[in-house]
Amino acid sequence: MTAAIQFVIDVLSLGGAYALMALGLVIVYGILRLVNFAYGELIMAAGYTLYLVSASPLPWLVMAVLAVGAAVVTGIATDYVAFRPVRAKSVTAVLITSFAFSTLLQNAAQLLISPRPRSIPLPEVFSDTVTLFGVVTPARNLITIAAAAVLLSLFTLAMRRTVLGIAMRAAATHFTMARMLGVPANLVISTAFAISGLLAGTVALLWLGRIGTVVPRVGLEPLLIAFIATVIGGMRSLEGAVLGGFLLAFIDTALNYSLPQDLLKFRDAFTFSLVILILLWRPAGLVRGPATGQRT
Amino acid sequence: MSARDLLTLLLLAGSVALLAVAAEFLEVRLFVRIVTNLFIMLVLVLGLQVFMGNSGILSFAHVGFMGVGAYTTAVLTIPVRMKGMALPDLYPLVAGLELSPLAGILIGGLVAALVAAVIAYPLMRLSDAAAVITLFALLVVLHTIMLHWSAVTNGPRTLFGLPRATDLRLAAVAAALAVALALLFKESRIGLLLRSSRDDEVAAAALGARVPVLRWQAFVLAAFMAGIGGALWAHFITSFSPKAFYLKESFVILAMLVIGGPGTVTGAVAGTYIVTLAFESLRALEAYLNRAQIFAEQVVGLTEVVLALAMIGVLVLRPGGLVATREIGTWLLRRKPDKGDPP
Repeated sequence: MTAAIQFVIDVLSLGGAYALMALGLVIVYGILRLVNFAYGELIMAAGYTLYLVSASPLPWLVMAVLAVGAAVVTGIATDYVAFRPVRAKSVTAVLITSFAFSTLLQNAAQLLISPRPRSIPLPEVFSDTVTLFGVVTPARNLITIAAAAVLLSLFTLAMRRTVLGIAMRAAATHFTMARMLGVPANLVISTAFAISGLLAGTVALLWLGRIGTVVPRVGLEPLLIAFIATVIGGMRSLEGAVLGGFLLAFIDTALNYSLPQDLLKFRDAFTFSLVILILLWRPAGLVRGPATGQRT
Repeated sequence: MSARDLLTLLLLAGSVALLAVAAEFLEVRLFVRIVTNLFIMLVLVLGLQVFMGNSGILSFAHVGFMGVGAYTTAVLTIPVRMKGMALPDLYPLVAGLELSPLAGILIGGLVAALVAAVIAYPLMRLSDAAAVITLFALLVVLHTIMLHWSAVTNGPRTLFGLPRATDLRLAAVAAALAVALALLFKESRIGLLLRSSRDDEVAAAALGARVPVLRWQAFVLAAFMAGIGGALWAHFITSFSPKAFYLKESFVILAMLVIGGPGTVTGAVAGTYIVTLAFESLRALEAYLNRAQIFAEQVVGLTEVVLALAMIGVLVLRPGGLVATREIGTWLLRRKPDKGDPP
C-alpha cells in the first residue's frame, strides 16, 4: 500500500512539473505552429537570476519572483529577436533562429558567468521531508503537486474567462480569421511568450530545487521532456500537453521502478523512439487540437 | 550538365584545388590543419545541403550520421594490438579485423547510409515541425546509443588509436567529389522534383511527385556524405568522444549552411569558407585573451555567441542566405538585357 502511495506521489509531482513544461512550449506552438528551441533557456535564465541575487538580503520569495520575471522577460525577448523578424518568411528560418538564440543564451551564460555549476539559494522547506499516510517523501514533491494544481487551474480559468484568453484560443484555432475579427496578432503572440516564460520560470524553481545548481546547459533536459510530452499528448492541444506530461511521468516512473540498471541508461533512447512511433501513427498526437488553420 | 552547371562545378572545385595548393606551398602546420578541417566540413555541409536545400526540411540528425561513420571506421581500422586497450569489450567478429583507412571511410559512409535508409523511410512522410522534432529525436536516440554502447564506442569516454590517414590531399579530393555530387543531385530529376515539393508540397504531389520517396533518396545520400565526412574527420583527429556529434557540432554545420544559403551549392561552399574564417579568427582571439589573462575567468563561448548573432542577422536580412537562388555559374552566364528587348 505504501509503495502504491509512493508511486502515486512520484508520478503526480514529476507529472506536474512535466505538464507545466509541456504547456509552456505548446502555448506558443498552438498559435504560431512554430517550435521554440530556446524554451529551455527560459529555465536557465530563471536559474541564473536566482544565483545572481543570492548574495542580496532579500527574502527567498522575492528572489523567486525576480527569477520568474527574468524568465518572462527572456520569453518576450525570444519573440522579438528570434520570431518576429522572420515569422512571415519561412518555418525553417524560425526554427533556425530560435536554435541560434538558444545557443546564444547558453554561450552568453558561459562567457559572462561560468561554464561550471553555480549553486542557487533554496528555502528550508525544499530539503524537508514529510510523512504522509506512512510514506516519507520530500516536501518539494508536495509543493510541486500543489504549484502545478494551482497554476493549471488558474491557466484554465484565464483561457476560458478572460478576453485575452479567448482571443488566444481563437488565434490558435484559426489565426487569419481571428486577425480579421480584430484580434491583435502581435499582442496575442507576445502574451503567449510571456505565459510561456511564466510557466518556465515556475518550473525552474521546482526543477532546479531538485538539483540545487544551475549550469549553462540545464535547459536541454526540460526542452526534451517538453518535446516528448507535447508530441505524445498532441502538438495543438493544451489539454493534450498536460495529459502528455502526466503520461510521460507515468512511463518514466514506471521504468525507473521496474527496469534493471544497465537497461535504464538507454531510457532516453526508448522514450524518443516512442515519440517517433507515436508521430508516425498519429502525426497530430493523442488529443487532436482545433481544426487546422493557416499559419501567418 | 549544362554549361552553367559545368562552370559552377569548375569554379567551386577550382577554389578547393587552389586552397589545397596554397596550403601545400605555404607549409605552415596550422594553416594545413585548418584547410584540411575546412575540406572535411565542406563534405558535411554539402551533405546537409543535399537534403535540407532540396527538401526544405531542417535535419538535426545529420551530425548523428557523422558519428555513425566515425565509429564504424574506428571499429574497422584501429590496429588489432590497440583494440585490446581502446575497445576491450568489442565483439570477437570484428575485433580481429584491420582494414585500410580508405576502406574504413567508404564503409563508414555506406553504414551511415544503410542506417538512414532503414530508419528514415517512415519518417519522410512528415513535414514541417513534426519532421523537425522527429529528426531532433533521432539525433538524441543516436547520441544516447553512442554514449552507452560501450562495447563499440567506449561509452562516454574518449576513443583513441585510429590511424592518422586523412591528409590535405585526401580531404581535398573528397571535398571536390562532394561538390560534384551535390551539384549532380541538385540538377538531377530527383533533385528538381524534390525542390518542387519544397516550394509547394501539395502541388508537387498533385503532379505525381512521390514526395516521401524523393525525400528518402535525398536523406540517404546526405547520410552517406555525413558518414564519409565523419570518417574522414575521425582519421584526421584520431581520438574523439560521442560529445563531438551533438548539438554544438550541429550548430556549427547549420551555421555554415544557413549563412551561405541552403538553396545553392555555391552558398554551402561560400558559407563554409566564411564561417571557417570567422570561427578560426574568433578562436584565436579567445585563445589570445585567455593567454593574456585579461579577464579573471577563462573566456569560453565567445565564438558561438558571435556565430549565433551572425546567423540571426543573416536570416533576418537575407532569409535565403548570402547566395539564395542562383549558382555562381548561372550568375556569371546570365543574359545581359539587350537594348532592343522590350522592357
